Amino acid sequence: MSISFEVNGEKKSVDVDPKTPLLWVLRDTLNLTGTKYGCGIAACGACTVHIDGEPARSCAYPVASVQGKRITTIEGLSTDRSHPVQRAWIAEQVPQCGYCQSGQIMTAIAFLKKNPKPTAADVDEAMSNNICRCGTAQRIRAAVLRAAASASGGEL
Amino acid sequence: MSAATVPITRRTLLKTAGAALVIGFEVPVKLKAKAEPEKPVLNPLSAWIKIDQGGTVTLAYSKSEMGQGVSTSLPMILADELGVDWKSVRVEHAPTDPAYGDQGTGGSGSIAAMFTPLRQAGAAAREMLITAAAQRWNVSAAECAARHGAVWHETDKLTYGELVESASRLPVPDLKTVRLKKPEEFELIGKGVPRTDVPAKVDGSATFGLDVRVPGMVYAVVARCPVFGGKVKSFDASKARALKGVLDAFQIEPDQGVHSCGGIAVVAESTYLAMQARKLLHIDWDYGAGADESSETLRRQFRKLVDSSMKVVLDQGNVETALSRAPAEKRVECDYELPFQAHATMEPMNCTVHVQGDRAEAWVPTQSPEWALRAISQATGLPAQKIKVHTTYMGGGFGRRYQADFALEAAQVAKKISRPVQLVWSREDDMGHDFYRPASYHRISGAVDTEGNITAWRHKSTSTSIAVFWGDKAPPESSELGCTLQMPYLAKSYRLEYLPADSAVPRAWWRSVEASVIGFVMESYVDELAHAAGVDPYTFRIRVLGEPRMVKNPSDKDAIPLDTARFKAVLQLAAEKSGWGSALPSGRGRGIAAHYSFNSYVSNVAEVAVENGHVRVKRIVSAVDIGTPVNPDGIRAQVESAIIYGLTAALKSQITIERGRAVQNNFNQFTTLSMKETPQIEVHIVPGTAAPTGIGEPGLPPTAPALTNAIFAATGKRIRRLPLQAGDLA
Repeated sequence: MSISFEVNGEKKSVDVDPKTPLLWVLRDTLNLTGTKYGCGIAACGACTVHIDGEPARSCAYPVASVQGKRITTIEGLSTDRSHPVQRAWIAEQVPQCGYCQSGQIMTAIAFLKKNPKPTAADVDEAMSNNICRCGTAQRIRAAVLRAAASASGGEL
Repeated sequence: MSAATVPITRRTLLKTAGAALVIGFEVPVKLKAKAEPEKPVLNPLSAWIKIDQGGTVTLAYSKSEMGQGVSTSLPMILADELGVDWKSVRVEHAPTDPAYGDQGTGGSGSIAAMFTPLRQAGAAAREMLITAAAQRWNVSAAECAARHGAVWHETDKLTYGELVESASRLPVPDLKTVRLKKPEEFELIGKGVPRTDVPAKVDGSATFGLDVRVPGMVYAVVARCPVFGGKVKSFDASKARALKGVLDAFQIEPDQGVHSCGGIAVVAESTYLAMQARKLLHIDWDYGAGADESSETLRRQFRKLVDSSMKVVLDQGNVETALSRAPAEKRVECDYELPFQAHATMEPMNCTVHVQGDRAEAWVPTQSPEWALRAISQATGLPAQKIKVHTTYMGGGFGRRYQADFALEAAQVAKKISRPVQLVWSREDDMGHDFYRPASYHRISGAVDTEGNITAWRHKSTSTSIAVFWGDKAPPESSELGCTLQMPYLAKSYRLEYLPADSAVPRAWWRSVEASVIGFVMESYVDELAHAAGVDPYTFRIRVLGEPRMVKNPSDKDAIPLDTARFKAVLQLAAEKSGWGSALPSGRGRGIAAHYSFNSYVSNVAEVAVENGHVRVKRIVSAVDIGTPVNPDGIRAQVESAIIYGLTAALKSQITIERGRAVQNNFNQFTTLSMKETPQIEVHIVPGTAAPTGIGEPGLPPTAPALTNAIFAATGKRIRRLPLQAGDLA
């Protein structure tokens, strides 16, 4: 059975078991390896992508459910790391191992769309379900606040 | 016994990690040393440094990047001596090659081991470029100077790009005598640069082990016995094989050298298919001798051991007499207990291997490319020279990726499948088959006198020894006692006793290894003595450190002595920066701790608020002395990281054992510190000038005791068993 959807503005059609989590279709079928496998049970957030603009944990999201939908992954944010959240991540020197950061960034962007002027406590609440074993939370918090401060209007 | 089955211990690894690096020519030439054996030499202008005509400088780093920042800090050292602008620098991982010296990355040892060799290589290259320019101009090299990627003579200038071809053909200067910059001449070292790996880690382009894609690649998972030490009795893979997209399913053997589990491998066209097919396997396991082990049986064994007479490891003064003479109110006896911990790297273990007839290529997220290579060689039967190992970025290491079990498994599978194979561990595989931080139990009895001196300190302990698990020739306690062998505090009598406990649970090096345990125990206990003496815990520590002295390790003559003056200085800095002694609102408390590990000194002060039995860590102030700081922001990042890793282990995570297996197998059970639980962390770096030491691990050991000492200050409740349990503060 063929399932069609859009990824980063490109139309895609895949022929896989419809129960396959979107994560593995992105990584193994479409070769978009920026989205990471961390737990497989939607507990860590490393696999976060946007589905029709909403954050979703792709490791627990059957590909059949994205039929006709619009998906954005870390690779789709910009061609030159110019997205305000990417710029903030660089300015705050957030990543260490970097493995969780795609999911962190995708979570942060979706959050800032809903809450463009967050407090530090808002950021903590929104980002607390993404795990980083390197302990970059303090820098992530600073980067999200920096991105919010740098963005004007609908830039995010 | 083949190469990969030779037991490798962290002890031997660290000893070899300290060995001098061999710098040499790509085409080996002979050094003219007379007394010393001849060594092959790498030309720094091809091995470490590549310069193109346009002036782009590519610098190699020979240690694994797992987030700790070596892909920035090591090239910085080269670039500083070389005299190039950082903006012209690119970096690349060095090939796996013995010519680069030990490429194992652990023990917080990369900067310590590489600082001088990289300075020598950079300086040698600079001198070669100067010589090439001097020859071009027909002037004396002494009249020329190198800076900003060019050599200058008065107003004449030749760029490195213009000189590199002729310079690389010149003889390499004697590395022992090549002129190194004076510290005041450093342009990068101590000042810092942005990390080289950050851009690729914000756009998804960084290639981790799991991101390796080789044309024609297939995916494999392995079903391992859930009980530690168990084996396959029989299996039926017919249903798994019948699934569309599954290529094969077969048994792989366990290996005693790398401690891989063996099991049933399933190979399929996608990761998901391989995982689905694994569920269809029918395996009859022989659970073996470990099947009855549990955390409770282990705890009973621990208690029985510390109640018994143990092996005396160190005995200074007469601890029995001192204890018997101490008045009851000045005697303190406490038991401390720490659980197994998983590394839980965000990227689970994995390895990609392609066996192509008489050669093989492998992509390994490894802290030890040499060991991975030996394991792949053993499993494939191919000689090491026919195997190319690429070290990829890795999603966390923390010691787990020093192991070679996953590389060996991948090679076992790849040997059977004539296509590139990516072996993937699920999170459950990763957490259920880790090499855990040992569980341990400690009883300390001691006393203070009326003047606040420590008169007795007897530390009895037992643990699931790493040395025993790996069959180390060194005694069981050699991997377990850490800084108790270099006691910084003056005690009139001091005794260490130890016996190992039996356990089938695999264990090895977890971030800061035994220091993660010993730091908690020592710094909790010294706090308890301070309170018994009725003295402020900071003031007490300063007092019992006494006059500056060097404390040697009696069981390791190669160990660098602990300098109590440096130990005291980090305590003082942390106390000063944290506002130690200033008033706090009710329900709040501060705790202090310091520890010496990996030749670095760190003191942490934690500030907590306890409300309705719930603890919130508000702030942690850290002071670190690691000699000469190389990349200050990288140092701060590592300390922040180690503190959060330590807080997770103190407040949240543990691995418990039931029916011979790990109970926690994913992040819903093995929980970690979340952002809203993360305190504000401030890191202060002592501007040292001594040889640089490491910082990947030393921030961790003083974290848990600073926290629990703060809880005590806030509530009067002493936490002696980690992690903190619900109800401990009720």
